[in-house]
Amino acid sequence: MERTAVRRRLTWQAGTVTEIREETATARTIVLDLPDWPGHLAGQHLDVRLTAPDGYRASRSYSIASAWTGTTVELTVEQVPDGEVSSYLVGVLGVGDQLEVRGPVGGWFVWRPESTGPIQLIGGGSGVVPLMAMLRQHAHASSTAPARLLYSVRRATSVIYREDLKTLAASDDVDLTFVYTREAPPGEPRVGRIDAELLAAKAFAPSDELTTYVCGPTPFVETVADLLVAAGHDPARVRTERFGPTGGPR
Amino acid sequence: MTADVPTHLDGNAAAGALSEVFAVDLTAATGRCNGCGHTGVFAEARLYADAPGLVARCPGCEDVLLRVVTTPTDTYVDLRGLTYLRVPNA
Repeated sequence: MERTAVRRRLTWQAGTVTEIREETATARTIVLDLPDWPGHLAGQHLDVRLTAPDGYRASRSYSIASAWTGTTVELTVEQVPDGEVSSYLVGVLGVGDQLEVRGPVGGWFVWRPESTGPIQLIGGGSGVVPLMAMLRQHAHASSTAPARLLYSVRRATSVIYREDLKTLAASDDVDLTFVYTREAPPGEPRVGRIDAELLAAKAFAPSDELTTYVCGPTPFVETVADLLVAAGHDPARVRTERFGPTGGPR
Repeated sequence: MTADVPTHLDGNAAAGALSEVFAVDLTAATGRCNGCGHTGVFAEARLYADAPGLVARCPGCEDVLLRVVTTPTDTYVDLRGLTYLRVPNA
């Protein structure tokens, strides 16, 4: 078909919201039906563009939360204080509404199911979103690559995808560790950020086969990446994605 | 905002804007800084998205690598800070 033979400039397309799931008090998953979506790799993101009645436009990049299975695309959006786009996506957007998106984009912070080496995923807050797409892709492809997720959250109620994570962690190939930074649930004695000791105990040791993916707010990513390199990980095998208050994936 | 809270993102966040102009994904490309010679994946560059447009800076010397500014009619891409971009052949 000509449409696929000629590489088109990536441009904006409209999707329809088919479902919304509240994940936490401040984060929700938006399920989009996108008739022209070409599929995506786990870890890729898309840009969302909002246009005000006066023509003012604002766009933000969001990680895709779902593995591509040929149907819908899921985003998980965390409300950021005064976020002009996230406030609309979390507070106003409803099922049946249209949303303008561009994507998929990004080819670095991705995991391909044909890779067999172990994967270490380390997420802070809503930085778990692209890592969740990787775990979902891992399950969808029945990958036997050993996978570990270290998920840093403030408290138990901040956990996104609680039930799905529990299901995924039932696999022999997937290991899940929560790190509570403010308040731990009963039975979890440790409260504090990820440090060298925790990485040594819970993360894969450095190896030539291992790929590590770190996603979260910029200070989180810089700290964890520095700890990994100090622990002997090859910086070239540590892939990072940062998000923040404006413009970035989240 | 205080000085010790970093405001930058990274090159991953420029993927959408760059895809408007380039046919291949540049975030996975390797770039060489024209200022200090640092060579690395563009995704690891520091990206400042709170400027008008996007500004990518070298993680080694903070020199500007690339700027992308989108106006209602056109997109400007300034690549002067990059000696080269290396993209794997498909």
